[in-house]
Amino acid sequence: MTDDLAVVAEDLRVTYGSTRALDGVSFAVPRGTVLGLLGPNGAGKTTAVRVLTTLLRPDSGRAQVAGVDVLADPSGVRRRIGLAGQYAAVDDNLTGRENLRLFGTLYRLRHRADARADELLERFDLVDAADRVVKTYSGGMRRRLDLAASLVNAPEVLFLDEPTTGLDPRSRLGLWDVIEDLVGGGTTLLLTTQYLEEADRLADRIAVIDHGRVIAEGTADELKDRTGGQVLAVRVPREQTDDARRALAPLNPADEVAQADDGTLTLGAPDGGEFVVRAAQALREAGVVLDEISLRRPTLDDVFLSLTARAAPDDPNDEEAA
Amino acid sequence: MTAETQLRPEAGDHEGSDLAWAVRDSWALTKRNLRTIARQPQLLVFATIQPVIFILLFRYVFGGAISAPGSIDYVNYLLTGIFVQTITFAAIQTGIGLSDDLSKGIVDRFKSMPLSRAAVLAGRTGADLVRNFVVILVMIVVGYAVGFEFTNGVAGPVLAIGLLLAWGFVFSWVGAFLGLALSSPETVQAASFPTIFPLVFASSIFVPVETMPGWLQAFVKVNPITLVTDSVRALALGEPFELLPHLAWAAVAMALILAVFVPLSVLRYRRT
Repeated sequence: MTDDLAVVAEDLRVTYGSTRALDGVSFAVPRGTVLGLLGPNGAGKTTAVRVLTTLLRPDSGRAQVAGVDVLADPSGVRRRIGLAGQYAAVDDNLTGRENLRLFGTLYRLRHRADARADELLERFDLVDAADRVVKTYSGGMRRRLDLAASLVNAPEVLFLDEPTTGLDPRSRLGLWDVIEDLVGGGTTLLLTTQYLEEADRLADRIAVIDHGRVIAEGTADELKDRTGGQVLAVRVPREQTDDARRALAPLNPADEVAQADDGTLTLGAPDGGEFVVRAAQALREAGVVLDEISLRRPTLDDVFLSLTARAAPDDPNDEEAA
Repeated sequence: MTAETQLRPEAGDHEGSDLAWAVRDSWALTKRNLRTIARQPQLLVFATIQPVIFILLFRYVFGGAISAPGSIDYVNYLLTGIFVQTITFAAIQTGIGLSDDLSKGIVDRFKSMPLSRAAVLAGRTGADLVRNFVVILVMIVVGYAVGFEFTNGVAGPVLAIGLLLAWGFVFSWVGAFLGLALSSPETVQAASFPTIFPLVFASSIFVPVETMPGWLQAFVKVNPITLVTDSVRALALGEPFELLPHLAWAAVAMALILAVFVPLSVLRYRRT
């Protein structure tokens, strides 16, 4: 392990009863960069964050945060990290200012706690609401306060566990700006998210996690390239989806036909335009009516769907297949 | 950005003994919990309404049928018991408060911070100690309104209040354990009824032990709530209630409860 790495996770395993929440997770985050842990609900993202923030001891494996071993010196880790979770963990009955002062005191900032609170209120645009109890805050304001609370100790490594889950699109964009600012200042960030768009925008590198394993890692571009440069997208009548799948599958054995939430079928298209012609032909021969056919640069959604479509059949305890 | 640099943590920030930090952290969290209690006055109101109803029921509905030992007025017997009952039930609030913090993720935040491990629990039980003091004062005022009076000088009643607070602190660790062991504030509320209610009624709080069947007396006499109630009566009312050996046994019982439930709660807290 070198000093250039702010976070190192090595073969982390966590089992809850018979569920393998983490099944040998490894990744690393270089100092001053952002890693996005991307995966669906229940993939193990939050469990990984809980291990790295000392909230949960892994059954096996090693983890280091800010150069400190998580198992050997948890309080050393706690001093150097900030955590903002899925639930905005601030006290509803205290004001924004009181919350930040309390956390400052507990982070042992001593007499500087009050000034630090003022500074963060200013930075997160909460000055006007500073002396109102948090109960009266909007969802976006609560998340901003939660984020401010995680920065009270000027952490070397920041963990954000699904920071925008449940926010309306406008507040989400606002929070993205705030996080981008933060990262611009050189903070190392580990971010978990279910939103590909979020990982694409905020993260330098992305680790795709599913069923407790990292199934792919790279920059957003690298991941997109793995799908073969371009993607064929096809829309057909709902009742013909299965016929279309069967017709398309043999065209690119290297990839799996994936289906997006809106019903669009996608498949890696290695030779671009030629591939569209062959796909159209194969669909006509199968008697499938084409509503729409197109070729595009893959989005992270395509990457994610193609990765998880490939990983799923190997997994014996796949309960989420819906 | 210079201002920011000065506000960052400094090398010496964490100096000092662990115990001193544990006390400072606990105090910071006690203040936080007291603020929360003060901003939800409805909780305090509900915490006092129930005992007031008990006072009225037992004073005016059942009171005529129950006689206190010796020449003691039943209202004095009853109120000293109600003090203990109120303080015992208050332990549920300790559990609910902790459970609430757990379910909202605040405990996770605290655990990801470098603060002393016992502080979250101590801050909760400490704040509940202060709240109990307020509740006892309210109960005394209500008591005087229905004819109760202290009959053992000044020092006795003061010590009685002290003992009530000590009991409240001890029993709040039972509440803390329930709060940490059960999944939601609602479950804590529901679970405390069948566990704490029988303990409170199968004691000397409402009815003299001598009127109960022998098999029940065997339990009631060793029930810590009986031991505490009898000690409070002796301190608050004096003759004919005897202070010893009740107080000695009450102290033993409280020490035992602490010895069991403090480690259990701390262990449970670490594992949540």
